Amino acid sequence: MRARMWAVAVATLGVSVVPGTPVPAATDQVVIGDIDDMSGVYADVMGAAGVEAINMAIADFGGTVLGRKIVVLTADHQNKPDIGASKFREWADQNGLNLLLGGSNTGVNIAMAKVAAVKKVPLFNIGPGGASLTNEDCTAYTVHYVYDTVALANGTATAIVNSGGKSWFYLTADYAFGTQLQAAASKVVETHGGKNVGAVRVPLGAADFSSFLLQAQASGAQVLGLANAGTDFSNSLKAANEFGITKTMKPAALLAFLTDIHSLTLNTAQGLYLTTAWYWDLNPETRAFAKRFFAKINRQPTMDQAGAYSATLTYLKAVKAVASTDSDQVMAELKKMKINDMFTQGGYIRADGAMIHDMYVMQVKRPQESKYPWDYYKVVKKMSGEEAFGPITGLCPLARK
Amino acid sequence: MRTTAILYALLGLFALCVPWLGIYPVFMMKLLCFAMFACAYNLLLGFGRMLSFGHAAFFGFAAYVSSWLITAHAFGPSAAILCAMVVAAALGTLIGGLAIRRHGIYFAMITLALGQLVYFVCLEAPFTGGENGLQGVPRGSLFGILPLRSDVVLYYLVLAIFVAVFLFIRRVVHSPFGQVLKAIRESEPRAISLGYDSNRYKLVAFVISATLAGLAGSLNALVLGFATLSDVQQSTSGEVILMTLLGGTGTFFGPVVGAAVIVTLQEYLSDIVGGWVTAIIGLIFVACVLSFRRGIVGELETLRLRRLRPMGKEPAAPA
Amino acid sequence: MLARRIGRVAAHGCSAPVTEIFGIPVAVILGQLTLGLVNGSFYAMLSLGLAVIFGLMGVVNFAHGAFYTLGAFAALLGLQYCGINYWAALVLAPLAVGLIGVVVERLLLRRLYGLDPLYGLLLTFGLALIVEGSLHQVFGATGQSYPVPQSLAGALNLHFMFLPLYRAWVILASVVVCFSTWFVIERTRLGATLRAATENAPLLQAFGVNVPLLKATTYGGGVALAALAGVLASPVVLVNSHMGNSLVIVVFAVVVIGGMGSILGAIVSGLVLGVVEGFTKVIYPEASNIVVFVIMALVLILRPAGLFGKE
Repeated sequence: MRARMWAVAVATLGVSVVPGTPVPAATDQVVIGDIDDMSGVYADVMGAAGVEAINMAIADFGGTVLGRKIVVLTADHQNKPDIGASKFREWADQNGLNLLLGGSNTGVNIAMAKVAAVKKVPLFNIGPGGASLTNEDCTAYTVHYVYDTVALANGTATAIVNSGGKSWFYLTADYAFGTQLQAAASKVVETHGGKNVGAVRVPLGAADFSSFLLQAQASGAQVLGLANAGTDFSNSLKAANEFGITKTMKPAALLAFLTDIHSLTLNTAQGLYLTTAWYWDLNPETRAFAKRFFAKINRQPTMDQAGAYSATLTYLKAVKAVASTDSDQVMAELKKMKINDMFTQGGYIRADGAMIHDMYVMQVKRPQESKYPWDYYKVVKKMSGEEAFGPITGLCPLARK
Repeated sequence: MRTTAILYALLGLFALCVPWLGIYPVFMMKLLCFAMFACAYNLLLGFGRMLSFGHAAFFGFAAYVSSWLITAHAFGPSAAILCAMVVAAALGTLIGGLAIRRHGIYFAMITLALGQLVYFVCLEAPFTGGENGLQGVPRGSLFGILPLRSDVVLYYLVLAIFVAVFLFIRRVVHSPFGQVLKAIRESEPRAISLGYDSNRYKLVAFVISATLAGLAGSLNALVLGFATLSDVQQSTSGEVILMTLLGGTGTFFGPVVGAAVIVTLQEYLSDIVGGWVTAIIGLIFVACVLSFRRGIVGELETLRLRRLRPMGKEPAAPA
Repeated sequence: MLARRIGRVAAHGCSAPVTEIFGIPVAVILGQLTLGLVNGSFYAMLSLGLAVIFGLMGVVNFAHGAFYTLGAFAALLGLQYCGINYWAALVLAPLAVGLIGVVVERLLLRRLYGLDPLYGLLLTFGLALIVEGSLHQVFGATGQSYPVPQSLAGALNLHFMFLPLYRAWVILASVVVCFSTWFVIERTRLGATLRAATENAPLLQAFGVNVPLLKATTYGGGVALAALAGVLASPVVLVNSHMGNSLVIVVFAVVVIGGMGSILGAIVSGLVLGVVEGFTKVIYPEASNIVVFVIMALVLILRPAGLFGKE
């Protein structure tokens, strides 16, 4: 009887802990991880469809590299840095992770970058925008692949200031991405002779923007700088319309994805300037990829999803070139090679980890100008990578001026 | 009591062997920190009958303080944790002082609201890093001698601290102070009529609980290398209540079992069922409250004692 | 009038129009106060429901936020799948959620009546987790938008701001609902019966009143109020699984400030605190999240029973 009692107690404890025994790290596989916002404000930007893009890249590469099968792990970081960092650390310790693709949310990616440096696992930041990832937060193992806040500001803010929007008030998502985007845009505005009147910080995923928008209106600025993204962006724009703010202020979409424009509809979004790394309708190669993607997902791909495809391919090519998954060798190869695929031509990875490639300033078409579904953008300007991402700032210890 | 001694010995052996059993040390350390948190909480709920709904405030705020001291002021881990404990005690005095004025439900709601206040302070205050939290907290070396980078070394340290905290709580409960607290729990008016200042005793219990929760929080931050808003969030307060309830309030080992179950569930259940974890935890909560109020260890003890005393007397004080 | 006087002192030149108090444009202050009144309307309705349930049943309904969310989802899904328009949803959603509340009371809460009231709190806390967790899983964390009804579209030009007509409606609806509920409870026979049930249920039962039924309908009624607030909120905020979560904690603080047993206290505190929050957003935006809790702490020190409470 007594024995049964403590058998139960020990069993309860044991059973609850035994699942902790790990899957043995697989050296006969190449493990690619994707930690992303799968259910929150950025879920449509990369999300589950992004995983599909990764799988497409693996299939296009052949499914194996160096004779090892390629395996994909996914997790939802729920926009929490601690979840992202913990999952990354766990996969690195327990599952033999070889490459991590970082989905949206700069704050989470900064946390994961720190883990990348400690665990020495390459991290490709696909989703986040914060330029600090290649400056103060840079590491020898991170690559900032698709876009950053500097490029966005250089594209969109310049276009708006040059077309007359001289005084700016910012509605800023209150975390790393928002503040960095605001800082980059402010710099561009001042350089082009404009004025930064003020800013208000809004919690990520705020349900109601009305009081913040009233503050913006009270400032009397010409431009409402929306330093946010995803559903935050679409909701703040909709609220700005509702409160009549867009009658007196011009909205600046500092970061907008194809999916945002789609959910806003051209009626609301027409005329907006935005900067993007990639658009599905640019050329025959992009259209071919988009067609395959659309067949599976029923939506056209965003730049992040195309970026996830390209990043996976680039990594696999590097691994094949050095015939090893050793992180240091692969990183060295990555910083030497040129990237040519449907995502970019002539792209390269700089010493600080930034992937330098062309960026496009677009304007959202008017409803009458759109001829077929998802025909949303017209190209205003093509910026070379050097122009978009700017020179090396020297803030990253790996890339001094 | 021999059976419990053997039980503890077995568990101790198991705990010492963890790194060689292939169990992920970081996961075990997180488990131990939450077990500490739950034990500290149980001091208040189980032994003091005070349901605090904002205890994550102490856990998380101490995590922020120690992380900040380490990253911004180059404190060593031991100094940072000790300072964080002092801060947690001060915060406990402040919140406890306000909450003790009321009883039962009101006490719970006041701690809830004040815990939320601490959350917003952590969100807005410049030193906490807002939504990003404090990242990249290095483990440093204990007293400048023992480097803590290795997961295994840190695990043994955390285990030692956990055992110390556990024994300390036992000591407090069995002390004269603990006896008075028990009397207050059983019948406060009677205790007051005997001349005890019940409010002061309750406040001391609250502060001790808050300080130990702070220890658990700062240790957790050291293990994981960051302090984030999740540590001070309302949901964490809810989790520790569930851990204590599930394991068995008013028992010593109950919170540890509860913490082990919940932490493991969250870790591995989310891989299987994804976002349903929250709903499942809610279900466990409801089930516990409706028909499993004594918790795992509580039920086990009642069963055991019923077997020893077939006349159905009240179970004796927990071992 | 005071504003004008201050403004006159501050402005340069006596004939300049008054636009600032202490350096902040009057338009901004009025705008935020109006928005604050809208928020306060929600606080008032929710704290009313909480106060009704607590005052008449002694249960602290932690699931109140979850029922608010359910009301909003009922309206959303009703529109998406059954074509139920906003006006019908205003009636149907609270009814549906109220029924769920009755079921919850009969099946779950009833079993805890003899025990420490803390268990009731814990049960409703667990319920909130189940509801919100399930909604999150099924519908995702991003909200879905609910369209403003055509008849209430557009905005009023109040000179100091454009107030969407819908938000003006929210204020009106909330005030009407709150004060009629108060009237029913405090001034009618039905209300008197409810209040008697709180004071001495067995005696009331001895008089032939079906007290268990009364309790079930009280709980159902209280959560129906929460659901109504949810329907009112759907065109304003995005309908998502967490909308009730953060709101309910503020509402608890409001109820503590108003006095936990007091219906009128809950309503008035809700409205006033919404306005105070709005005002804080103008003068010290960072504190707007915590101002309600700070006031709660102050009230607890100075007047522990709450502003309208009877100890």
